[in-house]
Amino acid sequence: MPSLLFEQGAPGRGSDFVRDAGAPKQFLEPDALRADLPLPDLTELEVARHFTELSHRNFSVDTNFYPLGSCTMKYNPKLNEAVSGFAGFTDLHPFAPDHGAQGAIRLLWHMERTLSSLFGMDAFSLMPAAGAHGEITAMLMAKKYFKDRGEHERLTCFVPDTAHGTNPASAAMVGYEVVSIPSTARGRTDLATLRAKLDGTAAVCMMTNPNTLGLFEDEIVDMTRAVHDAGGLMYYDGANANAIVGLTRPGDMGFDLMHLNLHKTFSVPHGGGGPGSGPVGASARLSPYLPAPLMARDASGTYFWDEDRPKSIGAVRAFPAHFLAIVRAYAYVIVHGAEGLRSNSRLAVLNANYLRAKIKEFLTVPYADYCRHEFVCSAEELKKETGVRALDLAKGLLDAGVHAPTMYWPHVVPECLMIEPTETESRYTLDAFVETLRALVARAHEDPAAVQQMPLHTPVRRVDEAQVGRLANKGIGLRWSPPSDAQS
Amino acid sequence: MYTPHTPQDIRAMLDVIGAPSLEALTDPPAGLKIKGDIDVAPALPEAEAFAHIRAMADENGAARMTSFLGAGAYRHYQPPAVPYFAFRSEFLTAYTPYQAEASQGSLQAIFEWQTYICLLTGMDVSNASVYDGSTALVESVIMAAQATGRRRVAISRGVHPLYRRVLATYAEGMGISIVELPLDRDGLTVVPARFDDDIAAAIVQSPNFFGAIDAVAPAAQAGHASGALTVHVTAEALSLAVLKTPRELGADIAVGDAQSFGLPVGYGGPYVGFVATTKEHVRRLPGRLVGQTHDVDGRKAYVLTLQGREQHIRRELASSNICTNQALCALIATIYLATVGRKGLTSIACANMANARALASAIAAVPGFGVADRAPFFNEFVVRTPLPAAELAERLEKRGILAGLPLSKFYPELTDALLVCATELTTTAQIADFARALTEEHTHAVAAV
Repeated sequence: MPSLLFEQGAPGRGSDFVRDAGAPKQFLEPDALRADLPLPDLTELEVARHFTELSHRNFSVDTNFYPLGSCTMKYNPKLNEAVSGFAGFTDLHPFAPDHGAQGAIRLLWHMERTLSSLFGMDAFSLMPAAGAHGEITAMLMAKKYFKDRGEHERLTCFVPDTAHGTNPASAAMVGYEVVSIPSTARGRTDLATLRAKLDGTAAVCMMTNPNTLGLFEDEIVDMTRAVHDAGGLMYYDGANANAIVGLTRPGDMGFDLMHLNLHKTFSVPHGGGGPGSGPVGASARLSPYLPAPLMARDASGTYFWDEDRPKSIGAVRAFPAHFLAIVRAYAYVIVHGAEGLRSNSRLAVLNANYLRAKIKEFLTVPYADYCRHEFVCSAEELKKETGVRALDLAKGLLDAGVHAPTMYWPHVVPECLMIEPTETESRYTLDAFVETLRALVARAHEDPAAVQQMPLHTPVRRVDEAQVGRLANKGIGLRWSPPSDAQS
Repeated sequence: MYTPHTPQDIRAMLDVIGAPSLEALTDPPAGLKIKGDIDVAPALPEAEAFAHIRAMADENGAARMTSFLGAGAYRHYQPPAVPYFAFRSEFLTAYTPYQAEASQGSLQAIFEWQTYICLLTGMDVSNASVYDGSTALVESVIMAAQATGRRRVAISRGVHPLYRRVLATYAEGMGISIVELPLDRDGLTVVPARFDDDIAAAIVQSPNFFGAIDAVAPAAQAGHASGALTVHVTAEALSLAVLKTPRELGADIAVGDAQSFGLPVGYGGPYVGFVATTKEHVRRLPGRLVGQTHDVDGRKAYVLTLQGREQHIRRELASSNICTNQALCALIATIYLATVGRKGLTSIACANMANARALASAIAAVPGFGVADRAPFFNEFVVRTPLPAAELAERLEKRGILAGLPLSKFYPELTDALLVCATELTTTAQIADFARALTEEHTHAVAAV
């Protein structure tokens, strides 16, 4: 393990970045100043070696296949990176006057129009920074909508048991009571239960379609009708939108609100956990509540920020967009066009079904229908026969240079592995993955202990999560501390 | 395009699947197919797409102007080493480091970010980042409400108006009410001796939106006397290099935006919010946290920890709904801090203070203009203008100068106040040009009267 930055360097190392302007005490009284700034001084080479070595201790899409369900780890085109680095974008201040930022607002405006058309919404806000941020934005919009209508008793949010954890967490933040709807034996949300629980308290029903089992909610139109009949709103979680772009639209399914993850569906890189971009779309009756400002174009073709949105919930981050992330997504859209985007969704579904067909030769695939962009399989039988669990298979894949699938979620499938290959992977890569997984299952039957030891060849092996959790609870082990107070 | 499938591949794969055609496999149920065309521009070849977006970037004339704009987004020097390492594929195209064995690089970098934030703020623990400074403020309010069981917060009018707008948006939905602390004539927060007994948090920004180093310590004293937590907000993280730490001032939670650490202004994002606190409140932190541990062979290792607070485990009982955060932005800030170090960060901060003072002197010397400098400032301050500040800013734009932010945008009563900022990138020549332009505009304005 490379040592920490704080254990390297020596005082005074490093380049001069600016002319010497004096010491802090020349500008401020001593009582305003900190006593000391305990940061390491490093040469640029020390920094280079450190971060290059760290980078070698990571899996990434550019180095490894990433069949990570519900995460859409598709290839991140380098065109996107280049155009997001143009100085006309990076050096543009968010308080720049609109007439000096026409290109930027125009880009955002076109992106918004494109998303509205692709997903059947009246308008999108590009403000939310990530998927969960989009969810809370939409919950705030729903709450204000019902408040304006005087329907204060609408405080129930329905969430399928297969939903992402962010759904109930976002609903709870605005004070909604979360009611979980079970899944049927077909892996679909149970419409009968939903109907039975709908009443005058219904606020929102949050649905992912295709759901996290990779199955299309084929009763979605009936669900939408039932929720609307009860006076509630339908929310579309766009985490799985990569299955539907150009093929079907949440607006046509009857959804009132939705979010997208541009870092999944529109190839913005995940960056090791962010930044993302989570635009929120709304139907005509909800769009007045979108965060403000919104991009607009006047009769002369001049673009501007429209602050005059009296019903808007307000703002959910300081500035109106994760702009440089949206530039990346815009590049993705314009090199594809409608036909290219549709083709990508079709090929994503093809790749998932191809893996599903081959993997069901040796692991349980619990649902009979074709999947969409992802599918789940179960290691429950394997565990009964050999003791080898889904976790062990996932860790075994790491040894073969394949990132682990999503595991143990959704909870309705025991020993669950959720697999999403995306459209950018070749048949050759998919075949190699299948054979790696097949060999691991065979090994589990021959020598289960060997698989349970895996991984052997990663930079570290399985880690002790219990110990770190016990200390972290007391605030220990979450940072480097100077040797003098190492106990803190 | 970026997909590898040949027609032969597709045919062979369909045969394995047992589907008659790609359409049959992938179409939605009948009735949900899109009818008619989608309004998306036809595909452009890559070279044309590059040129098309280049032209859009070039249309943004404001990006090339001399700028004295700050107000929560600061133009600083980015050492080339920072993007060179941060944008390595292995960081850029990685997922969230849930699989510790495959993510030690990202995990150690986050651990180092957490440490830097603790060293800069003086706090015990920091999380792995949130979306920006404004949502960091929201998260701190949620933490304080949970810690105290109270549903009202007191926030200074000197906190960034957009941060306050975001807090107001969330607070309305969450059922938290907000009381504002006024500012005195020097732009400093007026702090009562005690807060009401139902106040969960006392929130002060320093340097505040007007650039003044604000009264965090009195707010902390009053807060502690009334059982409230004190939240220290920073929009200009570079100031942490020289100012008393939030911890020294008595803050329980330090939040802010670290955009100044190597991230471009980028028309508003992405930036990176931080949330740091004392050990006592560690379990209330939002989002991811990385801890140090060992693997089965006894090697030092890093891993996401206390995940029992998070949405993917705890669902509606989570401490926050955040999932995706700003990992790459936090990495950029970490590499920036490593590259400049204690020596560089201190000298850059001093260059900001020196240039801001040179700018203030130059403006104060222009007839008709005044500088609000009775309260100490870092790199930003308010200019009193002899004509409406919004009008002045428009006139200077025509000369290729972004003069600063007219405060009337957020404080309608302040029509003759301009918020200006100087950083290490501000040159002597730019300051001279600015002063000359102000002199000429003032002369014109007087002549016109």
